[in-house]
Amino acid sequence: MAEQHATTAATHDEHDHKPHGWRRWVFATNHKDIGTMYLVLSGTMFFIGGMFAEGIRAELFKPGLQFFDPQFFNTLTTLHGLIMIFGVIMPAFVGLANWMIPMQVGAPDMALPRLNNFSFWILPFAFTLLLSSLFVPGGAPAGGWTMYPPLILQTGASFPMLIFSVHLMGMSSILGAINVIVTIMNMRAPSMTLLRMPLFVWSWLITAYLLIAVMPVLAGAVTMLLTDHFFGTTFFTAAGGGDPVMFQHIFWFFGHPEVYIMILPAFGIVSEIIPTFSRKPLFGYEAMVYAIASIAFLSFIVWAHHMFTVGMPLAAQLFFMLSTMLIAVPTGVKVFNWVATMWKGSLSFEPPMLFALAFVFLFSIGGFSGLMLAMVPADYQYQDTYFVVAHFHYVLVTGALFSIMAAIYYWLPKWTGHMYDLKLGTWHFWLSAIFVNVLFFPQHFLGLAGMPRRIPDYAVQFTDWNMVSSVGAFGFGLAQFLFLYLIIKCVRGGARTGNRAWEGAHGLEWELTSPPPFHSWTDPPGEALVARGAAH
Amino acid sequence: MTIRERLASLAPGAAAWALALPARASGWGELNMPRGVTDISRKIYDLHMTIFWVCVAIGVVVFGVMIWSIVSFRKSRGAVADVTLVHNTRVEIVWTVVPVIILIAMAVPAARVLVEIEDTTRSALTIKVTGFQWGWQYDYLDDGVMYFSHLDRASNAARELLSGIDPTTVPHYLLNVDHPLVVPVDTKVRLLITGADVIHSWWLPDFGVKKDAIPGFINEAWFKVDADKPGLYRGQCAELCGRDHGFMPIVVDARPRADFDAWLKSTAAEQKQAAAAQASAAGAPAAPAPAPTATAAATTPGAG
Repeated sequence: MAEQHATTAATHDEHDHKPHGWRRWVFATNHKDIGTMYLVLSGTMFFIGGMFAEGIRAELFKPGLQFFDPQFFNTLTTLHGLIMIFGVIMPAFVGLANWMIPMQVGAPDMALPRLNNFSFWILPFAFTLLLSSLFVPGGAPAGGWTMYPPLILQTGASFPMLIFSVHLMGMSSILGAINVIVTIMNMRAPSMTLLRMPLFVWSWLITAYLLIAVMPVLAGAVTMLLTDHFFGTTFFTAAGGGDPVMFQHIFWFFGHPEVYIMILPAFGIVSEIIPTFSRKPLFGYEAMVYAIASIAFLSFIVWAHHMFTVGMPLAAQLFFMLSTMLIAVPTGVKVFNWVATMWKGSLSFEPPMLFALAFVFLFSIGGFSGLMLAMVPADYQYQDTYFVVAHFHYVLVTGALFSIMAAIYYWLPKWTGHMYDLKLGTWHFWLSAIFVNVLFFPQHFLGLAGMPRRIPDYAVQFTDWNMVSSVGAFGFGLAQFLFLYLIIKCVRGGARTGNRAWEGAHGLEWELTSPPPFHSWTDPPGEALVARGAAH
Repeated sequence: MTIRERLASLAPGAAAWALALPARASGWGELNMPRGVTDISRKIYDLHMTIFWVCVAIGVVVFGVMIWSIVSFRKSRGAVADVTLVHNTRVEIVWTVVPVIILIAMAVPAARVLVEIEDTTRSALTIKVTGFQWGWQYDYLDDGVMYFSHLDRASNAARELLSGIDPTTVPHYLLNVDHPLVVPVDTKVRLLITGADVIHSWWLPDFGVKKDAIPGFINEAWFKVDADKPGLYRGQCAELCGRDHGFMPIVVDARPRADFDAWLKSTAAEQKQAAAAQASAAGAPAAPAPAPTATAAATTPGAG
């Protein structure tokens, strides 16, 4: 019976029995369709969040207020942060997970397809809710994406919209994470042992556990804000016996693992791409897995380094300084392994490799400033300045975002069956890489010289570097339209590409056709294929 | 004003900026943390520079190897991959242990400075600092002097949306206040920092002091300005505190001890006199004045 069913399913596949029209997307249960929707949502949010960023940089182009009331400026920074984190980076990684994990582990689809549909379709509502708060009395939230009370409690009618949209985003992430874990644990090809899994799968497995661990913590924190605002509790109000600093502890207990949620999949992507274009297996595969696991563990015991200036006991500050510095060790191991992978390789520089290399360089710069920030006495000077802004944009833009771009350039030929315009991709890379440094590098100087973050206007001695930074922002923003054009062009057509789009690519996804069949692996791949893919 | 007009208003600024490049060297030179005027701020600066050069050294090695690989192992130059090179226990141990040693070497001096920063004992003067939306309140607890400090009038006028006032013509634009915090040099001054409404953060880069002002909680910080460095020192609120977060600067006027003592004495006398005058003016018509809380309760009978 089961056998017969399998054969009919296989024959039906030939006839491509997928739903058509809007039903294909609204009722989607296919991992590739859902992955595509995640990526489209992420791209849309990228341009919206980018618009907010360009607004910030336009206002900061010169001293004096030219465009926005200070309150609206605070709204821009708040929404920019929320949209870029929850609307761009996280959905993009979930989209990549949806597309790639079943193909990489030899499964036909994600383990829980209907849950997959639900976890995606929550998101458009969450962001519609968040963005529509721009139009309610009192304006959208302006207390920063970190939502610190008591300030955030001063938010007007948009306050419950903020809280509820954060709840929805968290719910979507938890459901997505459950799906990833169940898929990886149960749907691997029989011969794919855990230590044969591609690093992208490994990094997502660990990320998914982080998500399940900390998203409920965020939900708890914002729920306490909600009850403080509407139901007379005083969790975070000193006048009622509460503690505003407690919010920061709870928030960053979520927030620091969240930082790694946004970077571990990036590590996975880069660990796929560098070996491919070095034509050499990844150096120290097992060390890479253990490094990801140790970073994930450490991410739970470093949260208070985001809040050294709140006035903690000396012992607590020393503890968080040491634990934070310790993260540099496994992170260093990862960087050294990538470099060792390139050593004595046979390198070529297609767009995915260019972005992966830029990732290693620029993420390391973000890591260096992170190490500087860990030194508590120095952090007293850096805290809440543009130095911090520069630091986390190096980690999140040239880190997480560049890895997403690298991943798209890497797997786009697989997804579409077309090779994109490599020359245009190279142009996009160089424009992005140059402008992003013009944009963020001077912010180190601004912060050290004394410019606080989240201010709409500044003292005149900060003018020059702000202008440079804004020019970088406009250039970086414009360059992304090239990316959009390239993707659309590639989806619509182009030179056909074979199963193995890149000469040095290993892994099960490259054994499937390009584009892959609707149900990726209807028969689990055998030992030989798995062994060929896991060439480490 | 339309967007186009606003954009047009940027153009002269951009042009002036481009023309003035050589003349306004000051802005370009703003690259690093100030060394400051206290022993602690210099120790912080030294730590900052040490960890910076450590990072540069690591960067030179790692990026050097990367660039070397990019240049010499190119397929286009006929490089053939050595696919056996996938693991080397000895190298992996080295690049795990060496960073640990570097980190410990960095943590020790950092911990030492931190211990010193946290020692607020044996101070000679205590001032309570209260952040509010949007300014600072300074209380000289032992001397009965209290006043508020706001953004000065010139900056406040220029910072309005499209004020038409060129910020470069305003002295110390956004970094000037009506009443600076006056302190003596060469004296350990302890600050008790708190917030009245939301969280603020009192930051003075030249002193190496940044501490959050949290409603309901009191944080401590201290500084001791060099004896030979009296002067005006400027900082800003460092924690987002609402609409005018960017417009609540901090100015400290560090004076020689004798000057400070004279200032404190005369200010205390002035404030005492003013308070007495106010009390007699307010007390005359309605004596004995009812407590404000009693009035409130009386006017809202249903509230009880």
